[in-house]
Formats: sequence, C-alpha cells, structure tokens
Amino acid sequence: MTGSGFIKGMLLTLRHFIQTYLDDLRYGFKKYSPAVDNFNERQGTRAEGAFTVQYPEEKLAMPERFRFIPFLVVEDYDHPDRPGKDWCTSCGICAKVCPPQCIWIVRSNDPATGRPVPEPEAFFIDIDICMNCGFCAEYCPFDAIKMDHDYELASYDRTTNHIFDKPKLSKELKYWKTIAPTRAVAEAQARGGWDHKDAQKEARRGPKKAEEVAPTAPSAATREEVRARKAEADAPKPAPAPTAVAEAPKSASNTAEGAKPWTESEDEKEKRKAAALARKAARAAKRGE
Amino acid sequence: MIDVAPEQQDLKQATIAEAIADLKMRFPGAVSDDTREGYSGVIVDKAKLLDVARYIHDALGFDYLSSATAVDYLGEGVHSSDHIEMVYHAYRTSGGGALVFKTQTDREACEVPSLTPIWKGADFQEREAWDLYGVRFTGHPNLRRILLWEGFHGFPMRKDWKEAYYESDHKPFESRWPAGHVHRSEEKTIFGHNVVYPADIDLSRLSDVSDASIYADFGLGVDAQRVGGSEGIATDQIMVNMGPHHPSTHGVFRMLMKLDGETVTSLEPIMGYLHRNHEKIGERNTFLQNIPFTDRLDYISSMGNNHGYVLAVEQLLARGAKWNPPTYRTEVLRVLMVELTRIVNHLWAIGFWLNDLGAFFTPVLYFIQERERILDFFETVAGSRMMCNYMRFGGVFADLPDRMRSVANLLNDRVRDYDTMQFLTEMINERIPRTIDELDEYLTTNDIVQVRSKGVGYLSREDAINYSTAGPLLRGSGVAYDIRRADPYSIYPELDFDVAVEYSGDMYARYMVRLKEMRESVRILKQILPRLEYTKGESVTSDFAYSGKVPVGEAYGRVENGKGELGFYVVAAGDKKQVANPWRYHVRAPSFINLTPLGVMSRGAKVADVVAILGSIDIVLGETDR
Ligand code: SF4
Ligand code: SF4
Repeated sequence: MTGSGFIKGMLLTLRHFIQTYLDDLRYGFKKYSPAVDNFNERQGTRAEGAFTVQYPEEKLAMPERFRFIPFLVVEDYDHPDRPGKDWCTSCGICAKVCPPQCIWIVRSNDPATGRPVPEPEAFFIDIDICMNCGFCAEYCPFDAIKMDHDYELASYDRTTNHIFDKPKLSKELKYWKTIAPTRAVAEAQARGGWDHKDAQKEARRGPKKAEEVAPTAPSAATREEVRARKAEADAPKPAPAPTAVAEAPKSASNTAEGAKPWTESEDEKEKRKAAALARKAARAAKRGE
Repeated sequence: MIDVAPEQQDLKQATIAEAIADLKMRFPGAVSDDTREGYSGVIVDKAKLLDVARYIHDALGFDYLSSATAVDYLGEGVHSSDHIEMVYHAYRTSGGGALVFKTQTDREACEVPSLTPIWKGADFQEREAWDLYGVRFTGHPNLRRILLWEGFHGFPMRKDWKEAYYESDHKPFESRWPAGHVHRSEEKTIFGHNVVYPADIDLSRLSDVSDASIYADFGLGVDAQRVGGSEGIATDQIMVNMGPHHPSTHGVFRMLMKLDGETVTSLEPIMGYLHRNHEKIGERNTFLQNIPFTDRLDYISSMGNNHGYVLAVEQLLARGAKWNPPTYRTEVLRVLMVELTRIVNHLWAIGFWLNDLGAFFTPVLYFIQERERILDFFETVAGSRMMCNYMRFGGVFADLPDRMRSVANLLNDRVRDYDTMQFLTEMINERIPRTIDELDEYLTTNDIVQVRSKGVGYLSREDAINYSTAGPLLRGSGVAYDIRRADPYSIYPELDFDVAVEYSGDMYARYMVRLKEMRESVRILKQILPRLEYTKGESVTSDFAYSGKVPVGEAYGRVENGKGELGFYVVAAGDKKQVANPWRYHVRAPSFINLTPLGVMSRGAKVADVVAILGSIDIVLGETDR
C-alpha cells in the first residue's frame, strides 16, 4: 500500500522518541544526576534511548591506550634518590621516528669531557604539528615518553603557547601509573622493576662505579630547579589524579597500587627472571630459524 | 596478425603469464618484460601503447583499469637513464591478478598517448598525472590541472621540485637531534615571499584561469544563455556553482552545473581544495611513518587504509627482508577491525545520503549512535577513535585488552569498564544486527526514499566498469566485483560471505548494496569471534624497527574499503638492496576515481537529485584531494 513504508518509518521514529522517556523513567528522571551511578549502563551495549554525555558536567574518561600529545616521564618528585630526574636519555629515537618531525631535542654534553650525557638539555614538541600517532611512545626504549590523556589544551595564541618545552612536558611517573595502570605495570615488569633501566643497571653494578657516576649526574641545583618549576606549574591546577579517582567510585581499582601492586617479593622476582629467560630463549629461537 | 575472434574466449580466461606471453608474441619488439629487480609486468613502447592497450582490453579481457599513475625516475642508481614512467594496473572483472604494464617517456618532452579512448576511468587519473608530473597525454579530451590551480608553478611530484618549507629529501631531518633548537618553519620562509607563479598567468584576475574556459560562453557572473526550449519556448541556461562551501558536498568540493531550468545539462566536478600533496609527504616519510598518514585519507575508515598500505609494504618485505610475516591472530584482528570499519562507513554513508535526500539528521543520528560504540572499541584497542594508526608491518599495534576500561583523569570524568570479548560479542550478535534491521525497516520500503532514488543517478554496467568505479557504485550496477573475492587477501578466502550486488544501477541499488554488505560484514564478524577465542595468546606485534628498511621493488596492495578499491602503489628504489624511504607512494583513491562518472550520472537529473547522487557515491574529501 502506498505510504505504508513511510508509516512504518515514522513508527520507528516514534519508538525511539518514547524510548528516551522510558529510559528517563527507569532512572527515576535522574538519568544524568551524578548521584545515580549509571554511566556504565548508559554507554554500554545494552543502552537504550538517548546516549548523550553531558559535557562538561560529565566527561568520558579515556581508556588507557588513548593517545593525545605526549609527555615526558620524570622520576617522582618525592623520590628519595632521584627526584624529578628525566627518564629520557636523549637517544633521539622518538625524534627520528616522529612522522611529522615535531620533536626537537638538544642533547647535553658533559662540560668537562665533551661526551654526551644521557639527559636532554632541552626537549620541545610542537603540538600544532604533532599528529598524536603515538610512535614516539611506542618506540622509546626507555619508557620515557608517553601519550597523555589530557585533551583540554585549547589556548588563545598558537604562536606562543603551542611549543611545549621540557618543564611543560614533564610529568611524574606517578601520573603515568594513574592514567595507565595496567600498562605501567606491564612495562615495569618488562624493565625488571619500577625504576628506570639505567638506574637498575647502576644499582646492579654496585658501589664500585658510584664515584664515576656521580659527576655525570645532573647537579643538585638543576634538580632543585626542576622541582621548583614543577611545583609552580602544578600549583594552580587541582591535582587531577587523586580527586578524580575519589569521585569515581568504580575506578578505585584503577590505581596502580590498587590493581596489581608491584611487590619486590623474592619469589615474584624469581618468576620474573624465569619469564625473562624464557622470552630471551624464544627470541633467540625465532632469530635462529 | 590473424583473426582474434575464435580464440577470444580462451584469451579472456588466460592467466597473467599467458596474457603476457601472448602480448609479446603479438607485438614483437614493442612489449618487453620488466626485468628490474623486484618489478613485474611489461614495458610497452609508447608509440605502440594505444594498440597494446586496446588489445589488452578487447582481446585479453582486462576490462577494468584499476590504477594509472606516474613515477619520476631521476638520478637514481638502478635505472639506466632518467625518465618518467606511466604505470597501469589492469584487471578482469571476472577476478584474478593484475596485468601491470608501463611505458616510459623522456622527462623533457614527457608525452604519452592517453588511454581514455579505451578506459574512461583513465580520465581523472591522467589529469592527475599531468597536474603533478607534467605528463602530457595526447588525445585526452580535457587535459587540465585537477588538484592544483592553474596558477601553480611546476609539477610538484617531480623529484626535483621542492616544497616551500623544504628541509631535506627524507625524514628524519637532521635538525631535530642532537641539536634540536626548535623553530617554526613558517617563521623561516614567510608565506607569500616564496611563491612562484607561472609566466603566463594574469594575477590581476585573481581567479582560476581554468575557469575561463569553463565559463567561455557565459562570462563570469549570472549571465544566461538563450537556448531554444524543447517545446518551442525559449529558456535560459545558467551556470551554477554548487560548492566549494556547500553543506551538501560533504566537504570542500565544487560542482559546476549548467542548468536548463531545474534540469542539469552538464556537470563538472572541481576538486583539490583539500589537496596537501599527500604522496610527496609520503616520499619524504619513511615506510613506517606513512601508516598514520594513511589514517587521514578516508578518515571514516582509517583501519581499512592502514590495511591497504601494510599489505603493499608487506609484499615488498616478503621479497627477502628479515621479518616475521603476520600471524594468524594478526590477520584475525585486522579483519575484525576492517569489517567493523566497513559497517561504520556504510552507516555513515547511508545516514548522510538520507540527509541529502532531505531526511535531516534523524536517521543519521540513529546510525551514529551505533558508530560511537564501535569507535569506543577502536579507542580502547588502538588509542584513537578515528585516526587509529593500528596496523604495523607484520603485526598490529597491540592485542585486544582484556577489559575496555577507562581511567579517570580530568575533572568530572566518568569511568566505563566492560569485558572486551563480551562487549564485542554483544555488539556483533545483537546490537549491530538490530541496528541494521532497524535501518532496513526504516528506509528500504519508505515510499519517499523509493520515489527519490529509484531510477535516479543511473550508471550502466558497462560504464561502471569502463569508468573504473569501485565499491558499492560498481556493485550497484550489477558487477559482482569485490576484491575480497576477486583478488583475495588476508584470511578472506576461508571466511564465508557473499558479494552484495544489485542490478538496477541507480541510487536505490547503491543503498541496497550497502545494506546487504553490512549484513555480510556481520556474518564475517560472527566467524571472527570464535577465531579470536582460539588464537588467544598468539603474538601480534610487529618486529619492524623504527628505522626499518624495505627491499627494493614495486608493490601494489589493494583492499576492498568501504568506499571501494583502495590501492597503494609503493616503489622502493635506490642503489642499495634495502631502502628506508619509498621512492614512490601512490594512493589509488576510490573517492577520487568514483567521481569520474558523476557528470554522466547527473545529466538530466534535477538539482536536488544531484546532491543525492553525490551522496550515493559516498566520497570523503580527505581521500579525493589527498
Ligand atoms: S626515545 Fe625516549 S629516551 Fe630517546 S630521546 Fe625520545 S624520549 Fe628520550
Ligand atoms: S605522537 Fe607522533 S606526531 Fe606526536 S610527537 Fe609523538 S611521534 Fe611525533
């Protein structure tokens, strides 16, 4: 019958329309109230009705792998030995792999010997050019550059604000543990501990080399400076991690400590060692064939 | 030589090797094997090109010219002399591999006979080669620039042409490390001071000179031309520009229409407003760096773009590099992503086509709702909703996470947490099929949709093939040509699905093809789910290093993307055995080539229909203009 198809279509629209209100009814007309813990359902595969997210009153939290402008990992500012120490060794791999070539690194040299020091003097990312591909984080051998989750970066002047320098790029390891708990643990497992690869190597090498290492390490003043700058930069912003975690009850298990604590117990170490050996053997076998 | 008719049937079935042997026998001296390392196909003497091409088309049955593109071999070790080469990939719509034929020409004179008399699909592709390489095609009916404007000086894809912010031929640039003192490139070369115009351009007009020829009979403005109407009533013909800034053109795209009242008497698509010389950027990049750039082509289906490109480079890698080919799970993951992308693409295409028909945003929002769920999944797995950058050579970025869990970070962040496999299973078994059924119920029998789309935008089967159209446009005209079946790749041979095809050649047929294809995609996805379960734990990572090199040679990787055949022609050349940067990186863009018959399809249609016809082709300007 002429028009029946049209009517069928309109009925479907009506169904959608009514569904939205039924959904509201289901949540007692408090669908969007922060008091009602329904976000998981509303955005899930069984959701019906409107699927709107009421930005900015509520925001979709980002999954761990989400990638936005990269940041540089530095040692926690309350680290007993190396507070605020850059993890980056200025090896240059990220600058080379970056597709639009928006990473600029100045490698520092030891003033006495002229030899390169494994810490960048300056590090810039032009975030206008960055295409958020994630290659830098993927190929960095030291887990020193990671993709951020903070996408609210709008600013009024692109010519002065959009080249991020080292202080602006640096974030504590803690932060990475918060935004990517499972990945941080997996990476630490692969490294053999929470510490930076080089720090671990040094620790293994023991006190014999300690004097040698000391002069090449950045001066205390620089470290203090970084710390001060960082404290300044962080001050106006509400520390995102703890508050947000507290607000979202379900994410308690998301913190690194909550999910899979990295314990240095003996048998875990053994397990790790065994796993590493197995990996090594597998790699060798792969290469052999 | 002898009459070809009796053996024609056989010839059309002959394998590629047999076809090449036949060609060499038929044209002694004019056709020779391409013996360069890693190359395939034949090199044809350009004086005989037209005859050879006609034979390839008529007698050998290669009725589908997939890709025609140029390569500039300049100062490059392996090749004896500098030249520009045209490379053609012809296929049979009955299926099978490519017959690759090439012809070489001098860089100065740079003249090659046009193949448009044989394959009309060569039209835009040859114009592109003229535009970017300066290859003059004799016999081309309309050899004007297509992506750039007439005031552009030089041919940008030539190896000796340098862009305004030129830094070096290849990435990585030296200035970034170890003394990477940052500067903005635009500060060094201020825009406007580095522009060169061709000698013969009149800048005082500040308009595209190519327009002058288009408007020749009209002058600029709204001048009308008097013509005798069909019933003896004199009517006025007028020129109307639809676009570049027009909501119905799906981006910055312009249609120049000659109208007789409401009826379109001729239409010419004008594009290039989003042109960024993607292919030149691709030559500067390393092989790896191109992967995220492919995301930006057809940004609705970035997973498919990734797939096409990695397939092409993997062909090169397979030719002697030390690498690990993709594991079975890798292939499963790729197909999972690509099929989800196809559904996303078709939902989007149908939704916006409905917008073009006047059903403003209600249908499209219903479909986008489902798309959002799929993008959520992409975001969790690949890290981005649209710019997925997921595939790597011999692997993918990462395996599926166990849980699709988000992490609170910003103020007011709300967290979600689902089991990945459960989410996928529910999506594939319930949610997506339900949406497709709903879409079917909503639109297929809808009287207005039927009245508006049946018989409108007609493209005949012969034209569809000859114009090198691809995807739903081709299959809507009754050609059951789907690369997943015709020239299979990945694990498609073992998957059970049908090629969606419709025979009426109009907009409705294209809609039906998309609808059916989504159902087939769901069918594939249902077969993928168990495969995901039993391949769990298999490695999916790529071992291609950040500075990885690729063996020299050429490769053409093509996939059936949502919009049609997406092909990547990649050449690795140099005096070493392995190179880090592609010598040539060409994208055979379905959105671009599918526009070739737009004029034909629109002739005689009403203005309002033209909008919908464009929507039924389904283009994305990021891919059209590249
Ligand atoms: S790859 Fe990592 S360690 Fe090397 S320069 Fe980049 S951030 Fe630093
Ligand atoms: S995310 Fe990609 S584009 Fe951005 S800095 Fe890293 S490598 Fe470069």
